[in-house]
Amino acid sequence: MSILVLAEHDNQSLKPATLNTITAASQIGGDVHLLVAGFECQTVITQATKVAGVSKVLSADNAVYEHQLAENIAKLVVELAQGYSHILAPATTTGKNTLPRVAALLDVAQLSDVIKVESADTFVRPIYAGNAIATVKSSDSVKVITVRATGFDAAAEEGGDAQTEVLSQVIASEKSRFVSEQLAESDRPELTAASVVISGGRGMGSGDNFKLLDGIADKLGAAIGASRAAVDAGFVPNDLQVGQTGKTVAPELYIAVGISGAIQHLAGMKDSKVIVAINKDEDAPIFQVADYGLVADLFDAVPELEKSL
Amino acid sequence: MKVLVSVKRVIDYNVKVRVKADHSAVDLTNVKMSMNPFCEIAVEEAIRLKEKGVADEVVVISVGSKSCQETLRTALALGADRAIQVETEDGLDSLSVAKLLAGVAKDEAADLIIMGKQSIDSDNNQTGQMVAALLDYPQATFASEVAVENGEAQVTREIDGGLQTLSITLPAVVTTDLRLNEPRFASLPNIMKAKKKPLDVKTPADFGVEVGSNVSIVSVTPPAERSAGIKVGSVSELVDKLKNEAKVV
Repeated sequence: MSILVLAEHDNQSLKPATLNTITAASQIGGDVHLLVAGFECQTVITQATKVAGVSKVLSADNAVYEHQLAENIAKLVVELAQGYSHILAPATTTGKNTLPRVAALLDVAQLSDVIKVESADTFVRPIYAGNAIATVKSSDSVKVITVRATGFDAAAEEGGDAQTEVLSQVIASEKSRFVSEQLAESDRPELTAASVVISGGRGMGSGDNFKLLDGIADKLGAAIGASRAAVDAGFVPNDLQVGQTGKTVAPELYIAVGISGAIQHLAGMKDSKVIVAINKDEDAPIFQVADYGLVADLFDAVPELEKSL
Repeated sequence: MKVLVSVKRVIDYNVKVRVKADHSAVDLTNVKMSMNPFCEIAVEEAIRLKEKGVADEVVVISVGSKSCQETLRTALALGADRAIQVETEDGLDSLSVAKLLAGVAKDEAADLIIMGKQSIDSDNNQTGQMVAALLDYPQATFASEVAVENGEAQVTREIDGGLQTLSITLPAVVTTDLRLNEPRFASLPNIMKAKKKPLDVKTPADFGVEVGSNVSIVSVTPPAERSAGIKVGSVSELVDKLKNEAKVV
């Protein structure tokens, strides 16, 4: 039994969600092959060969794959699908974009956002924004699965020694063309991969006040997030949003500042290992999930916390 | 240009979800049902394209039992021109739904198919991509801006870490993200008018589709409850707990 994993990368480095997906693949059991499709992505391929648990890296390095468009990547995966029992991708926007196309072309179902592997054909996934947990069993000949990174530990980046197979398929995407990309520049870790996340809510009062969180984030190496209320109020851009309609995070430490704790937000962070809540409203629902709650004005508590770390 | 929009009837956004005692499914008896929020955004976008003169006709489709006609009527009240219900049992799997939608899209010769990026019940985020694959159409998922011109759609997409803009050739599939637009409310006169708009009922056989799935549900359980911890009295107590008890800083 062999498992094909689609690598998430930006042609320069392998994205952490790939490592969690490799762990999910290893738990299913069998040879794990990693497909790196991109352009001038040799450093990614080198990185990929070192990941523990990967036995082969399939390299598709061509200009047609530069932006990893769903149309041609899906066709490439389908061409490779023969011989694989499972095809996995991280449940990132890239994986979610591409993998359902693969499933449809193979005439099989896709199991989305899997958080646990029960066996080679049985998997656990959240439904209703995590308000119910479904265990599903698939009898499809090949199982197509997106993996939620927070459900699995990351595979070790070193220790593997995979061989590389260079693929010759060149599949152009004729009907879809990349125009431009605007990525938020940040030295901080990515939200979904960070081991510490500090998020602000409506209580922050303004976008400028979010700078208050920078000091703590710098000291803890944390990513900065936000509640939907803070995003809707225009304090911060949408890609910081943690919650049902934003990103799902499960860091070692989650610090919620000025966040009331709407169900919407809890759905995106309640699997964090340790949750700290700072809010001046002692009845805020966030305290019902927090391991450590501090009832205080965030404008006093945040600077003090920064100083004491 | 003809725009096809799919809509799904799901548990209302504001209802607290309860799992059945026998752990077979989520309990939907006597629960308020509504149009999936991402589908509302899809309907709104299609109507705006019509208002701009870009689209001539907006056709809405839903797959499911007779009760989804209610959702179709809502879409008609919002401004869609006519509706198609494909009569099946409720809760069909995404691939079957995608095959039916692809069948309707071909039948209708739709130029643009707009769908919600995911439904808030099964949370799969896959049907739009599957429809596009089955028809060999290009796709732009998680759209936050759509502009249609000269047989192409320029779509800005919400991706991890920022935004990406793609240009796709029509016919194509677009799936909506939350910030694409703010859906309108239906006015009472429009709700009345919607009752007279055409609504066709079709069956999977009309499109030569056999519905079914190789995926079965073993169980549906409530998520593990997280219990509240303690309240600390000061920042110094908090730091002490994080260092010595939780050992996370």
